Amino acid sequence: MKVERKCKVIAKEWLTRDAVSMTLDVGDMLYHARTVEGQSIYPGQFVHIKCGDGLLLRRPISVCFWEGDAAGGRIRIVFEVKGEGTSWLARCPVGHTVDVLGPLGNGFQTTPGPYLLVGGGIGVPPLYACACYTGCSSTAILGFRSKDRAILLNEFDSECIDVQIATDDGSLGYHGFVDALVRQELEKEHHYQGVLACGPRPMLKSVAKVAAEFGVPCQVSMEERMGCGVGACLVCAVAMKDGTVKHVCKDGPVFNAEEVDWDA
Amino acid sequence: MPDMSVKLAGVTLKNPVVVASGTFGFGREYSQFYDLSELGGICAKGLTLHPRNGNPAPRVAETPMGILNSVGLENPGVDAFIAEELPFLRQFDTKVIANISGNTPEEYGIMCEKLSAAGVDMIEVNISCPNVKAGGLAYGTRPELAAEVTEEAKKHANGVPVMVKLSPNVTDITEIAKAVEGAGADALSLINTIRGMRIDVNTRRPVLKMNTGGLSGPAVLPVAVRMVWEVSQAVSLPVLGMGGVSKGEDAAQLMLAGASAVAVGTALFADPFAPLKVRDGLADIAAKQGLSAVSELTGGVKPW
Repeated sequence: MKVERKCKVIAKEWLTRDAVSMTLDVGDMLYHARTVEGQSIYPGQFVHIKCGDGLLLRRPISVCFWEGDAAGGRIRIVFEVKGEGTSWLARCPVGHTVDVLGPLGNGFQTTPGPYLLVGGGIGVPPLYACACYTGCSSTAILGFRSKDRAILLNEFDSECIDVQIATDDGSLGYHGFVDALVRQELEKEHHYQGVLACGPRPMLKSVAKVAAEFGVPCQVSMEERMGCGVGACLVCAVAMKDGTVKHVCKDGPVFNAEEVDWDA
Repeated sequence: MPDMSVKLAGVTLKNPVVVASGTFGFGREYSQFYDLSELGGICAKGLTLHPRNGNPAPRVAETPMGILNSVGLENPGVDAFIAEELPFLRQFDTKVIANISGNTPEEYGIMCEKLSAAGVDMIEVNISCPNVKAGGLAYGTRPELAAEVTEEAKKHANGVPVMVKLSPNVTDITEIAKAVEGAGADALSLINTIRGMRIDVNTRRPVLKMNTGGLSGPAVLPVAVRMVWEVSQAVSLPVLGMGGVSKGEDAAQLMLAGASAVAVGTALFADPFAPLKVRDGLADIAAKQGLSAVSELTGGVKPW
């Protein structure tokens, strides 16, 4: 069940000059969210945060890590300061409370087994949840603009079998885009259950293309300007290959890559 | 506790707070937060005769105390609503108001036939959607076309009350109100969104893919109050007032200006519980003013 809770900021850290890590005490949110299987959140799901009183729309932010039980829970989010809402949130000091709606959306569907996790920029954090969830068996390919924008490298190192980095300017790891590393990895290894990807749409499109070439199922977490976050206002539309329209907040944010109309 | 029930076009609402069309889907999403029977009524997402995908994204932009949207009437069509959504809404003890948009007066008539046969409590005729090319706003800005659509809807609604939703994008809203009253409407709802635009100064692109959209939220409340006040003096039809309501005081303003009931829309996006908070705030105001019924607020403004 989705709930709205006032959540205390219990930790905050600037990871780069514009990426912030924040841990929230979400109280009984995880307990209310548990499914019949006893699962409270799936990697890829998001929380919808009210950023001050002057802004009428909440900001959707993917869950990077969660822990807790019936007695209480904590959620870690990592977000990029992009505009008024995220700047407000970044300024929110430890000890203050924020209004959080969640957990929302549909996350990545995984079965036991190794996955190839592919993240770009601020799309990287939800894949850390995937790394933990898939039991330290996965490989991560992470792309950033430059070395000083790289985030969560230690976390991925401890939860993945292998971590490969690409930067746009070559200041860290491979000089280029992640899809080249994905191709290289899929040529070498054939045991992946699937590719799980999150990042800018052009990156998702190229990763989906490579995965399809190798016949590996690919799930992508999409982004679109969002309103209600629960599927009522219909603003966050994504065109599907079959001519229908789906909504990032309710049907997604995770979609099977072959469903999406990448040329729309 | 004052009596919270109100009457709108002969339909009794248990309280004056309705949720606005297009902000509440068909109720399923918000039913996960509270019992929909708490609401006075539900204006369902706008329907068209055939399914529509709506406009390309981005469909939403934030503005000072407001939002712009350009959804463009995405909906599964009237038949799917009747088959799949109406039975769900009917489980709750609240009034169900279907909202319809047509490309021609005939389409409005066909939808009214279908909906009245299926059993809805009221039909809200949308002649004011700013986000579609055909029909929509064109009907809402010309008195003779507004009257034609109203007549056609009434003819086919088989006694189900017809409420016409007016556009604020006109020079004189009372002209349209009078035309619609003359054509037999049972109630009016106002205001729909105000056309607006936001530009990203770095990319020099409008934020919305459709370039322009409809403005809603607290920014439009004073416009709504003024228009409800003008319309209430010009016609004798009951009015469902809406536009930027996010607390009890906002709702009370619309009622004092002449509305019999109010709708909450955009406020839902920040707070799913907004309609219930508006209802409770309204009850507090009525109680503090010693009213025995909240309906006593309607038209109670004392203009200078």
